[in-house]
Amino acid sequence: MLHLADNDLVLAQRLGEWVGRGPALEEDIASTNVGLDLLGQARLWLAYAGEIDGRSEDRFAYFRDSGEFRNLLLVEQPNGNYADTLARQYLFDQWHVLLLAQLSMSCDARVAGIATKALTEVRYHVERSAGWVIRLGDGTALSHARMQAALDALWMYTGEMFAVAAAERALIDAGIAADAGALHAPWLTAVQRVLAEATLAIPDDPWMQGGNGRGGKQGVHTEHLSRMLAEMQVLPRTYPEARW
Amino acid sequence: MTPVLPDEPLPRRGPPDPRLVWRALGTVADPELPAVSIVELGIVRGVECTADECIVTLTPTYSGCPATRVIEADARAAVASVTDRRVRMLTALAPAWRSDWIAPEARRKLAACGIAPPRPGGAGPAITMTPDRSAIRCPHCGSRRTEEVARFGSTACKAQHRCRDCLEPFDYFKPH
Repeated sequence: MLHLADNDLVLAQRLGEWVGRGPALEEDIASTNVGLDLLGQARLWLAYAGEIDGRSEDRFAYFRDSGEFRNLLLVEQPNGNYADTLARQYLFDQWHVLLLAQLSMSCDARVAGIATKALTEVRYHVERSAGWVIRLGDGTALSHARMQAALDALWMYTGEMFAVAAAERALIDAGIAADAGALHAPWLTAVQRVLAEATLAIPDDPWMQGGNGRGGKQGVHTEHLSRMLAEMQVLPRTYPEARW
Repeated sequence: MTPVLPDEPLPRRGPPDPRLVWRALGTVADPELPAVSIVELGIVRGVECTADECIVTLTPTYSGCPATRVIEADARAAVASVTDRRVRMLTALAPAWRSDWIAPEARRKLAACGIAPPRPGGAGPAITMTPDRSAIRCPHCGSRRTEEVARFGSTACKAQHRCRDCLEPFDYFKPH
């Protein structure tokens, strides 16, 4: 549950960093709208996690350190240039849409309800991010080079999206959680199709970050997460009782 | 209890009457779409009245919609104006809200205030790279020669479009 919530929360915060700085007004709005959807989804997951664990949404969001976050390494990577942001978004959206489709059939009615709600939103996200990967990849020499460089840099973070943690196995067998391993083939097929249309190459280095059970799901993060959290959490940590 | 001023209608006493509750909810507008009520938008999913309480179930349009809390507060206040019994607000995520739930009358009202209503059928089950964006009617001049400017707009529920005949930009309520 925290894995699902933290993916949404961390990426929403990253997208929020584009507020007022988007390359065009429409894209500024698009980034923040996607971020808003993800923040809403994070809140739904955190509210459910809180019913089990007793913590409030704000306790989860503002009073955990990076080692307690369970998000993918991919979503905590810095925004970089706009190709970096959209490559990150597409690789995540394409996985997210497949994951939510699985979770919408979960035996846990609450999980299925949240996933079904989120799925309609994320379908819309992947259409946009795939469209931008194609547009920049099949664009000018500069936009192509930047999008290829972005994919090359981010590819090593995609492996852990399909790793199943030992603790998840029982939930998968019970029909509650999705088997992330089964998402790899459809994800790769979709990514190959989009990258082919974008005239981009799939990076050929197979080495992946977060292997051996030491990745985001286990709380082992890149240094970028703690810096991002410092900005996200500073206000409630400095003034814990502040209300506005 | 706050004193009731003489020129304000007295709050209604007694157990909640479902017809009055629905009518009260019908006066609550979505703050981002003031032309239509939350009942017409399909946000109110149920009203349950007993002798000593009224339970109203709402569903969010978009999970991150910032208007959700305002809508809940406004709906609660509206119900409290027709009964003095306890009002409970519940949120239902399933079944997930669909733009097809927007009432026909509300679709006309949206168009009348410059927002093109969503195409029937929602976003559809398929994930496509080339979604069908044809034939969205311009709410200003009625032309179907329109184009998408951006997939996201001024609020979570809208996209930005433009008419190629009258050249006016307009909001399009995203099919969902």
